[in-house]
Amino acid sequence: MSQTFAIGIGGAAGQGIATPGDIFAKIFSRRGLHLNAYNAYQSIIRGGHTFLTIRTSAEEVTSLGDGIDLLIPLNQDTMDRHLRLLTAGGACIFNSDTIHPGTPADGRQLCALPVSKMADISRNKVAQNTLAMGAALSMAGVGFESLESVLVEQFGRKGEAVVKENVDLARVGYEYAATNFQPFREPLPKTENRYAVPSGNIALAMGGAAAGVKFYCAYPMSPSTGVLHWMAAHGRAAGIMVRQVEDEIGVVNMAIGAAHAGVRAMCATSGGGFALMSEGLGLSAMAEIPIVVIDCQRAGPSTGVPTKTEQGDLWQVLGAAFGDYPRVIAAPLDILDCFTLIPEIFNVVDRFQCPGIVLCDLLLSEGRLTVDPKLLDFNPPIDRGELITSNSAGVHDDYMRYKITESGVSPRAIPGLPGYVHVVSSDEHDEDGVLISDEYTNTTKRRAMMEKRMRKVTGIEAAVVPPMLQGPHDAAVTLIGWGSTDGVIREARMRLAQQGITANQLQIRWLVPLHGEVILDILRGARHTIIVENNYSGQFARYLRSETGFVPHGHIRKYDGEPFMPHHIVEAVHEQLAGTTTLSVPTHEVMV
Amino acid sequence: MATDIAAPRQMMLADLKGRVDPDWCPGCGDFGVLAAVQKALVDLQIPNHRVCTISGIGCSSNFPGFINTYGMHTLHGRSLPVATGVKLANHKLTVLVTGGDGDGFGIGAGHFVHAMRRNVDLLYIVMDNQIYGLTTGQTSPTSRLGMKTKSMPFGNIETPLNPITLALSAGATFVARGFSGEQKHLTELIKQGIQHKGFSFLDVFSPCVTYNHDNTYQWFRPRVKKLEDDAAYDATDWTEAVERSLLWGEEIPIGKFFERTDVPALHAAEPVLDAGPLVEGNTRIPPDVVHSFIDELM
Repeated sequence: MSQTFAIGIGGAAGQGIATPGDIFAKIFSRRGLHLNAYNAYQSIIRGGHTFLTIRTSAEEVTSLGDGIDLLIPLNQDTMDRHLRLLTAGGACIFNSDTIHPGTPADGRQLCALPVSKMADISRNKVAQNTLAMGAALSMAGVGFESLESVLVEQFGRKGEAVVKENVDLARVGYEYAATNFQPFREPLPKTENRYAVPSGNIALAMGGAAAGVKFYCAYPMSPSTGVLHWMAAHGRAAGIMVRQVEDEIGVVNMAIGAAHAGVRAMCATSGGGFALMSEGLGLSAMAEIPIVVIDCQRAGPSTGVPTKTEQGDLWQVLGAAFGDYPRVIAAPLDILDCFTLIPEIFNVVDRFQCPGIVLCDLLLSEGRLTVDPKLLDFNPPIDRGELITSNSAGVHDDYMRYKITESGVSPRAIPGLPGYVHVVSSDEHDEDGVLISDEYTNTTKRRAMMEKRMRKVTGIEAAVVPPMLQGPHDAAVTLIGWGSTDGVIREARMRLAQQGITANQLQIRWLVPLHGEVILDILRGARHTIIVENNYSGQFARYLRSETGFVPHGHIRKYDGEPFMPHHIVEAVHEQLAGTTTLSVPTHEVMV
Repeated sequence: MATDIAAPRQMMLADLKGRVDPDWCPGCGDFGVLAAVQKALVDLQIPNHRVCTISGIGCSSNFPGFINTYGMHTLHGRSLPVATGVKLANHKLTVLVTGGDGDGFGIGAGHFVHAMRRNVDLLYIVMDNQIYGLTTGQTSPTSRLGMKTKSMPFGNIETPLNPITLALSAGATFVARGFSGEQKHLTELIKQGIQHKGFSFLDVFSPCVTYNHDNTYQWFRPRVKKLEDDAAYDATDWTEAVERSLLWGEEIPIGKFFERTDVPALHAAEPVLDAGPLVEGNTRIPPDVVHSFIDELM
């Protein structure tokens, strides 16, 4: 990655951090710059501490990086916590009326704004935010008109007076900085590209819309609620029925009902809600009704840390619902992949009539990333599998919903069609749907039905692309990750390469099917293998071992609620290659 | 979606006979409910492929296997959310939900309340035998105080739930009670419940001849009094319905307690269904709408 520029804005919840965040994001993306943004926050509506990082570059920004080039503390707390993250050449813009500057390292600029002398703070409580934005963009070499046009858009709904007040304030900040502060060494670049800036949750929701989802239901739960919000706001335009349900048990069962009636149905939750959906997944598998459930992981167990990220639900998802049944589980690699994965997984679950689980996490769900709008393809391939939706051939006296086939897949007729009347069941049943539990129990039939369903596993494995090694083949170290750690591991590899350590990467997207043989083939040639994951016990490492017998040389794990920064991985690789340890647990340097 | 290609023909009781015969105990009240549902569908001439019968788990929840309509035998207590999903995805279907008192008022009580306040257009028939049968005789949410069961051998000390009062307070727009021993009356109530546009709740006294020796046919017969026989009773009066719902003892009212027709059913209140059932809609989103979605993010 070439030059990047990271802005950090921090304060108490309710101090208006979101607005400057949105404004910076718009200015950057409209300059043709990539950005990656993440808000570290607490489960509190007013007060507490919130810290928004926006990192931008002319090239893709795969992680939030390690440092802050421009810090805008809206309160003393933020100054005290985050000043140490300022990079060489960086600056801190602050309200000198209310905030005492800390002592930064050499080569960092403290930019004091005497806010009460610049604005009427009795009228505008967030004047410091607007002044700081003006000052920041001036120092970054961005023309004032970019800020002005976004402010007009942002505040337009509140009337001309509010727009004018904010534009005037921003100009005061802009001009003050031009006179009083040193500009950054490199002005922000500009390209002709234009990007969309979805959050992961918006990408998941739009991915559902693109996949042809017609029924979405949910119970609010952080960090998945953004999916519900997008669906609720856009469902009517997209022809999607969106329902808020009484609990996640109701959610999964309502989705199953809609799916049985013949539409694609999706729901999203977090670990706690997913736990309640477990029995429903079994119903989906047994009755062979395809649904997609998204689990946006947060730090657990129990209520856990509702606003912090973790990859701690893998074994919950692997073990969800009792009994053996076919299913697919995939973890999106980044925010664009949140979009791309949904139509893909729907095609698999429709073809194999089983549940599909998307294992996202707070880092992606609530993060934001620039995406080339051309990649948001709303016409992806849609394969509904062997679904009978019209009666073209009259009466089908021989129709059997659970007909035993070589593939394990039986043609699925939707209710309402004449000639295909049948019953589906959560009880074990015969090919015609008649229960064989209770008094009809028949060991031969039970075995045949179990084997019929489980035969789908072979087809599923062939339907899904196996993982591939990224980077040079003969590398000193192979980093193995899954899901959302893709970007930060990629950046860590580049840093390592700059330091003379070649690193490649095996990033797992499909957890089930895992393609264990392919993974073993790849890892057989690796010199030093390290599994990187955002949880305590090495859930993926334990899973990989259980499926393949593979044991890596070392582990890098983090379970403090915050995502990895690239240097965490770089430093851990150094210590592991030096033989100091086989388990690195990097410390997150700032309390957020 | 489906169009009937065969010439419409009279639907007969034989068309509704399930693939297997009911395995309920001889004398079980559920036989009477099954017969009444079949008779009602024939009377109303609703083709069996237009009907989806959805149940939870329990003796009475085996119902979908014993009737020849589309059927779903779901999880214990979860029939109503599944049925809500079916109805919202294809509101042209006639949705019947069947189950017992444990399924509906015990494990499924939360869904029961919310399905009623949502006014989902379906008929929910609870075969209420005031006992858990399939698990061989434990106390249910409607077991009387003092009733001795395997789970409360010294007598039930928990006040039973009143399904009719609960339904009235939760906003059900059709609330009725039937008795398996009163076939004609029960069939009429089922027909009305199917025709009502909204959530129809029908609690049916369906005696368990094996495990409930308190609430037997003999116990109910002299007590049940049809509301329809009381010329002064007005089933549009909610307050009156609540008062009648509290009667329990020497006289127990059965019949239609309440009906209102001024509340739109859930599917009718949601504009996304104005264009027709979801299952008949386009999978692809129009390009101008897609453009607006992406534009918001630029």
